[in-house]
Amino acid sequence: MSAEQRQRAIEIRGVSRIYGEGEHRVTALSGVNLAIAENEFFTLLGPSGCGKTTLLRLIAGFDFPTDGEILLHGEDIAPLPPFKRHVNTVFQSYALFPHMTVAENISFGLQMLGRPKDEIKTRLDEMLELVHMTAMRNRQVNQISGGQQQRVALARALAPKPQVLLLDEPLSALDYKLRKEMQVELKRVQAETGITFIFVTHDQEEALTMSDRIAVMSNGEVRQVGTAREIYDQPSDRFVADFIGESNFLEGEVTTVSETSARVKLSSGVEIDASLPAGKTPSGKVTVVIRPEHASVGEPGPDHLNGTLEEAAYFGTDTHFHIRLDSGDLFTVREQNVRSVRDQHRKGERIAAHLGPSAAQILKDRS
Amino acid sequence: MRKNHFDLRAQPGFGLITLFTFFALYLPIAALVVYAFNASESLSVWGGFSTRWFVSAWNNDAVQDASIRSIVIALWASTLATLTATMAALATTRTRPYRGLTFKYALINQPLMVPEIVTAVALLIVFSRIKVWTGYSGLGYLVLAHTAFCIPFAYLPIRARLEGMDLTLERAAADLYATPWQTFRRVTLPLLRPGIIAGFMLSFVISLDDVVITEFVKSGGQDTLPTYMLGQLRRETTPEINAIATVFLALSVVLVMIFFFINRKRE
Ligand SMILES: Nc1ncnc2c1ncn2[C@@H]1O[C@H](COP(=O)(O)OP(=O)(O)O)[C@@H](O)[C@H]1O
Ligand SMILES: [Mg+2]
Repeated sequence: MSAEQRQRAIEIRGVSRIYGEGEHRVTALSGVNLAIAENEFFTLLGPSGCGKTTLLRLIAGFDFPTDGEILLHGEDIAPLPPFKRHVNTVFQSYALFPHMTVAENISFGLQMLGRPKDEIKTRLDEMLELVHMTAMRNRQVNQISGGQQQRVALARALAPKPQVLLLDEPLSALDYKLRKEMQVELKRVQAETGITFIFVTHDQEEALTMSDRIAVMSNGEVRQVGTAREIYDQPSDRFVADFIGESNFLEGEVTTVSETSARVKLSSGVEIDASLPAGKTPSGKVTVVIRPEHASVGEPGPDHLNGTLEEAAYFGTDTHFHIRLDSGDLFTVREQNVRSVRDQHRKGERIAAHLGPSAAQILKDRS
Repeated sequence: MRKNHFDLRAQPGFGLITLFTFFALYLPIAALVVYAFNASESLSVWGGFSTRWFVSAWNNDAVQDASIRSIVIALWASTLATLTATMAALATTRTRPYRGLTFKYALINQPLMVPEIVTAVALLIVFSRIKVWTGYSGLGYLVLAHTAFCIPFAYLPIRARLEGMDLTLERAAADLYATPWQTFRRVTLPLLRPGIIAGFMLSFVISLDDVVITEFVKSGGQDTLPTYMLGQLRRETTPEINAIATVFLALSVVLVMIFFFINRKRE
């Protein structure tokens, strides 16, 4: 079943949030549309200041949209205050209650919901187990480490079984090793609980490895929504291609268009095959994106991107070849280092980038 | 670390001034305490060690009466002042700055800025009118007056505590289904407690200590401990007054120590 067909947990329709007036006017979000399915691990990815936190705040109810509506299981939650929304948040700063123990923090939500004592106790034990914090239950929250506080924050937000869990850059305060561990933990917890996660990060690697689907945001707008593979292999515009992974951009002109691909004549005169962007038939001048690992170095020839080798940077597992094309563009090729015989390429040598099948992709915009 | 050349402590004569200040502050108090244990009736000639003045003060009906009145007024005034100050602090910090906020600060802190004697005279005039109209002449006037000048002392520590509090904690409570009242009860108030206790204790000590306003506002037979002591000083004095002052001092020191202890434990 595709994500679209499943029951929708959250639907965001034409949501905008504008702060301030006149010259202080800031458009934090503009016309955002998203549909997030039940049980999905959905990630909002974008650079700092693109509106990720604002969107989470609108869903949680700490702030209200200037325009548009937010549906939780088909019901408009706009008029509800935060304490009436079945949505919980893991805050970036954790926001654990400093005057309570680990157990008291985790039980808080259920107590506020007025659940019976024995139910709270059972659920508390379950949650402590889930995040491996059983031994720490009676600790004061300032007596545990940052990673442990993170787990408590997660357990506290999960305890009331929210319909959607919002996580605002929950791992950004942790060091590298702990962050890797918590990424695995979060995936496991999401799979075990089956709760819809909306996860915010500015770290593309984190987004690519953890998410079922990703929404790439920039300047308050959603630029592309898709699986990690879709976003990486078929970036819809230059921003997405640039923000996620490394990319080569080349300018050209469409000569002929077939059903799934087009011939593009590059400025150097070479013609290449490039796949079409989703939902748009390009014509005239276009930008083509090529991932460095979708090309290889080889002998110059009439159908290849010819140039001179400027630098070959060795990275252990692979080598990056920076080629100055005859058109003047700098083009990067990434090749895996295989143990067998290797061609030795020297600086200043005539060389070419050979494109693999469907390596080139036409972008929607020409920015 | 490099030595700071502008360090005040490095200036010549600093040690001497410190020493002098220290003695000027504590020598009289030390003398007062020592003479509270004087066996003779003199405030200046030592006649051996005795606790007779403590016993005599304890058995003095006027002292008992004034002490109880002082404590009753201080309890009422600091309770009311703390309540008012808590509400005022919540209203002035849980909001964006707006026009008129500075005016509100000024209003709350007015007793710190207007000379006490002016307030005292003003209250005397107003209260004497009200006494005539209503016929009521109980402790209410003193409680009200003390509450007013205690409010800024209660307000400052509570506001400081609120300003240091992370707003996300209240948001987290709301996120976890706490209504605004529950959020206040379960999160804001417990975190505010050290500030409230500090405010209460400060108010209590300030109220206990007041002379000027009390002297003007009190009706006949409404002496507090400080105004009683002032009255005694006008007559012939015995070390009994030292004994009262010593107990007073001990009480203040204990309160301040409790206050520090509570704050220390919170950290
Ligand atoms: N309360 C606010 N008042 C004014 N501008 C705001 C406010 N909150 C956020 N913004 C602005 O909205 C934009 C998006 O912010 P935010 O959602 O926090 O971004 P992100 O979480 O992606 O880093 C930023 O330009 C920010 O300055
Ligand atoms: Mg943010």
